[in-house]
Amino acid sequence: MQKSKIYYDSNKRGLPLVEEFKELLRYRELLFILIINNIKSRYKRSTFGVLWTMLNPLLYMAVMVVAFSHLFRFQIVNYPVYLLSGLIAWNFFSQTTTQAMGTLVWGGSLLKRIYIPRTIFAVAAIGSGIINLALSCIPLILIMLITHQPIYATWFFTPISILILGGVSLGVALIVSMIAIFFTDIVELYQVLLQAAFYLTPIMYPETALPENVQRFLVLNPMYDVVKVFRGPIYDGHLPSQYSLCAAVIATLVVLLFGWWFFTRTADQISYRI
Amino acid sequence: MEPMIHLENVSVRYKIPNVRVSSIKEYVVKLLQRKMFYHEFHALNNVSLEVYAGEVFGLIGQNGAGKSTLLKVIARVLRPTKGRVILHGKIFPLLELGAGFDPELTGRENIYLNSAILGFSKKDIKSRFDRIVEFAGLQEFIDTPVRNYSTGMSSRLGFSVATDVQPEILIVDEALSVGDTDFQKRCTDRIHTFRKNGTTILLVSHDLSAVQTMCDRVAWLHHGELKAMGKPDDVIAQYTQASASVA
Repeated sequence: MQKSKIYYDSNKRGLPLVEEFKELLRYRELLFILIINNIKSRYKRSTFGVLWTMLNPLLYMAVMVVAFSHLFRFQIVNYPVYLLSGLIAWNFFSQTTTQAMGTLVWGGSLLKRIYIPRTIFAVAAIGSGIINLALSCIPLILIMLITHQPIYATWFFTPISILILGGVSLGVALIVSMIAIFFTDIVELYQVLLQAAFYLTPIMYPETALPENVQRFLVLNPMYDVVKVFRGPIYDGHLPSQYSLCAAVIATLVVLLFGWWFFTRTADQISYRI
Repeated sequence: MEPMIHLENVSVRYKIPNVRVSSIKEYVVKLLQRKMFYHEFHALNNVSLEVYAGEVFGLIGQNGAGKSTLLKVIARVLRPTKGRVILHGKIFPLLELGAGFDPELTGRENIYLNSAILGFSKKDIKSRFDRIVEFAGLQEFIDTPVRNYSTGMSSRLGFSVATDVQPEILIVDEALSVGDTDFQKRCTDRIHTFRKNGTTILLVSHDLSAVQTMCDRVAWLHHGELKAMGKPDDVIAQYTQASASVA
């Protein structure tokens, strides 16, 4: 019997990570459309539009600067830049993971009817997050110019830190978006967890503000090193130390691989749960 | 004839919880009270069949017989618990009532979104855009958000996008009751043209007379098992007889 080309064989599964990556590449048109939709839907309902991405961290920073430089008196040089550079990294993390949850809930009804690569919604959230991050660098640079902060050559390291940031966010996005399909209340619960994690990560305070016995536990927070690696080259012109770079990369790989494993393991159950 | 769709001893087992839990709070409470039980449900049991190129293949059976599960396995949405599915062509499911639409986007944007979901490239769509809009009869509303469309309008648009290019394998899941009679006629005409040109069609319907006239072969599913397969007249006769004796 003449055998024609096989398009799909349910028994054949290549190395899942490589396989999914190839599928994403094949569906890149859909990926671009999803990224653009994410961005459009964010600005459609606000009067300030794109401007809001830049205004939001600035206003937040203004509040923090007033509150902290007078109340707590941290010994931080150029606190606005310290805060803003950490805040941008954190906002990327919290926005992309939250968005991935929302879009997978919409896309879930689609996933049970037609085949598309399942990770596409989480990956699209990271994609639109990177565009937003690039936009929010504009007010950061503006503040740096106003406060006479030098713009260091170490800015060139930023693409690598965005890669690390994107990896850790993708891992968490895969986990929380998959849980959101099964349990709708995770959306509210996650916001509370995010808030807690925000205060546990040295973003608006220096890590030296923590008692020494607490500082040791910072290593357990994957976002600690990731934020540090992102902030360092921008804020004080030093490349991240080998130690914190290693810690950030390892934390990212652990979170990403766990997220990937959890997502692909559970994904086959989507179509009989929604 | 060579097979387009090949199912080899396919079984699908669902684990169904005794209660439907949709929040973590509830889940934890039920788990602590030891009130979470799962029972296994065989949606499909050892089904083997082949659908040949250019054939119109019908699936009949009562609600819950496993028709939708079988379609999902073929549409690559569900992986069989046991057995194997092999496809020799690209599959096109007709999405019911604009399932792939984002209501906030305009008809135009949704055409691009829906086409990308089906795996078409943007360049492809550009050249066929006008034809799609014309077939759906939505020229005046194409820049209106889809949330303002009527159900008929959005399903017309969905059908037009999905069937603009002749698919290799088309899945029709009772989606023909779309729009007014005029549009319905154009839909059936289009499906007939596909059939003439060699598209393999998988049709699921409760409308037995439609199945009888359109299909070359029919399979009857009952409680997840293949009860009969063969000529439409024979299988439908067996099926109606069995249903009558139960009722």
